[in-house]
Amino acid sequence: MFAQQVVNAISLGSVYALFALGFTLVFGILGVINLSHGGIFMLGAYAALLLLTRFEIPFWTALPLAMLAAGLLGLLIDVLILRVLRKREAPHLMPMIATIGAAILMTSLSQGLFGSETRRFPLELFDQESFSWGPLTIPVLQAGITALSVLLMLLMIWVLRHTRLGQALRAISESPKAAALLGIPVERLFHLTSFAAAALGGAAGILIGLSFDAISPFMGQPMLHKGIAAIILGGLGDVRGAVLGGLFLGAAEVFAVTFLSSEYRDALSFGLLFLVLLWRPQGLFGASATRSA
Amino acid sequence: MRVLHRPLLLALTALTLSTAAFAGEIRIGLTEALTGPASQYGVPIRNGFLLAQEEINAKGGIDGNRIVLLEEDERGKKEEAINVYKKLIFQDKALMIFGPTLSNSMFAAGPIANMAHVVAFGTSNTASGITDIGPYIFRSSPMEADVVPVTLKAAIQHLGLHKVGIIYGNDDAFTKSGYDVFRQALQAQHIDVVDTETYSKGDVDFKAQLTKIKAQSPDAIVCPCLSEEGANILIQARALGIKVPFIGGNGFNTPKLLENARTAAEGTIVGSPWFDGNPSPANQHFIAAYRKKYGADPNQFSAQGYDALFIVAEAIKKIHLTGQTERDRQALRDALPSVQFAGATGHFAFRPAPQHGGKAGGYDADQTPFVYIVKNGKFALLK
Repeated sequence: MFAQQVVNAISLGSVYALFALGFTLVFGILGVINLSHGGIFMLGAYAALLLLTRFEIPFWTALPLAMLAAGLLGLLIDVLILRVLRKREAPHLMPMIATIGAAILMTSLSQGLFGSETRRFPLELFDQESFSWGPLTIPVLQAGITALSVLLMLLMIWVLRHTRLGQALRAISESPKAAALLGIPVERLFHLTSFAAAALGGAAGILIGLSFDAISPFMGQPMLHKGIAAIILGGLGDVRGAVLGGLFLGAAEVFAVTFLSSEYRDALSFGLLFLVLLWRPQGLFGASATRSA
Repeated sequence: MRVLHRPLLLALTALTLSTAAFAGEIRIGLTEALTGPASQYGVPIRNGFLLAQEEINAKGGIDGNRIVLLEEDERGKKEEAINVYKKLIFQDKALMIFGPTLSNSMFAAGPIANMAHVVAFGTSNTASGITDIGPYIFRSSPMEADVVPVTLKAAIQHLGLHKVGIIYGNDDAFTKSGYDVFRQALQAQHIDVVDTETYSKGDVDFKAQLTKIKAQSPDAIVCPCLSEEGANILIQARALGIKVPFIGGNGFNTPKLLENARTAAEGTIVGSPWFDGNPSPANQHFIAAYRKKYGADPNQFSAQGYDALFIVAEAIKKIHLTGQTERDRQALRDALPSVQFAGATGHFAFRPAPQHGGKAGGYDADQTPFVYIVKNGKFALLK
């Protein structure tokens, strides 16, 4: 049973990690907690569902199209809301509140458009089988999600560390003003970041919709809570931290159920989160407050 | 003509404003969750009511009076239910009120109707204690506490149960109350509970809990869950290699579960006050009429809404409407408890709620539930 629970922990953690990736990217570069990420995550899943069922587009075409749709939505939120607030140099709380509004709008809109019931992707799409390995059963799709979130993390780290784009983004996250003085097109990169983060969020929505029976207008909110916990735990704005934070949270939840009781699952996993933050207030990978230049 | 008409019209308007059930109209409030998550229950209920209204009015109404349903959307929220109740009672002078959809909302809004001496009639509230609010509270939905022991008994006979595992949501009034009822019924029928696991609203991954239940190898898994989580739980249980059947509460009682869980739902046992295969003419007529009007299959909730309007119509037939709101409201309240009716959900009667501490209670449904088993992707009667 223990080995199976380890598998369960990794699979649950990857779901959180996948969601947290885009979430942390926006914070890292824009310095904004974008609370509409849950809404984008949800609409990404609906976009794919529409493409698959209404327009009968094959999955491997629908996936990038739905990611594109989610990305454009993120871009729209950046242009309509975040850019305006940036221009006014609004304090940190403002974009948070504004994006809560955007999230509520998206939820209500999708309730009106798609109805409030839970939907799922056509089951025939993917092999719903699980493979057995000794006493372990591993659902194929979830192994895929785990592999994908690790892959996306490595890709993002590589882009941030080893490309000119990454250099520019890191410069912006250090100081947008200094980056602008160096000739970096800050505003355009903000847009690009919002687009990429939203596309990732949309992808997370689609993948989670694939492996769980869970596409509904309300799917974003609970995931947002876990996502916030994961990125705070991992260190705000850090890509490795988001993935490890997600995995940590998943493991904490699963082992709370395994060794204690599911009644106290959330109390235990968030209690653990609290203890980690006491020990490392900046999160597992967060840069310390006193940073040497 | 014009000159003659105007005072008459004014007088009529004044009359309809001051008196609800007069001038050929019986004004009844209908508060259901038409938007929001609970609308998956509220909308079918509303559809059932509208169908019944259409049929009653097409046959000339009740003693020549047309039924007018004053529809309000309470969005599945307590606060909203209170608001629309106040509007219907004090502003619209409704004769009585149907709804709200969720037990939670009835707990909040019911006391207002009870204090104002207006009948509040729930068709989908199954939680215990609803009718403790007071003597003006009625419901046509059998309590889970009535349905679950029957379900369990049939399941024990069919499966030869000795020990079960339980999984339920502990942060929701409906699933929590379902759990309490199951636990009592299991105890009463001497079935061992080998493991009890919980989850929270919005969870999608239940593998940790299910792995733990699997390790105890129960004969069946009891799941007083809503269908959204239920479908996920069934699918993940099968993916983990759990082969034992599930026993569900009222939340499992929807075709949605089969649609989403598909083959994973096979063998699931659930109790329901309505059976679409019930061959009674009243039920077959209801199903055909519903399909014709809405182009979709009815469910238990629409059947209960449909029957409820006929039940009230029976009571109204017995009283003489005076047009004085308060008197008519009281007369309806006094006529309702003795109504007996055979409708889409089968034979129906009211049963006085057990009294607590001398305080008068309302009226619960007295109905025998059906027990289903999922066979070849369909609900079939378990015999």
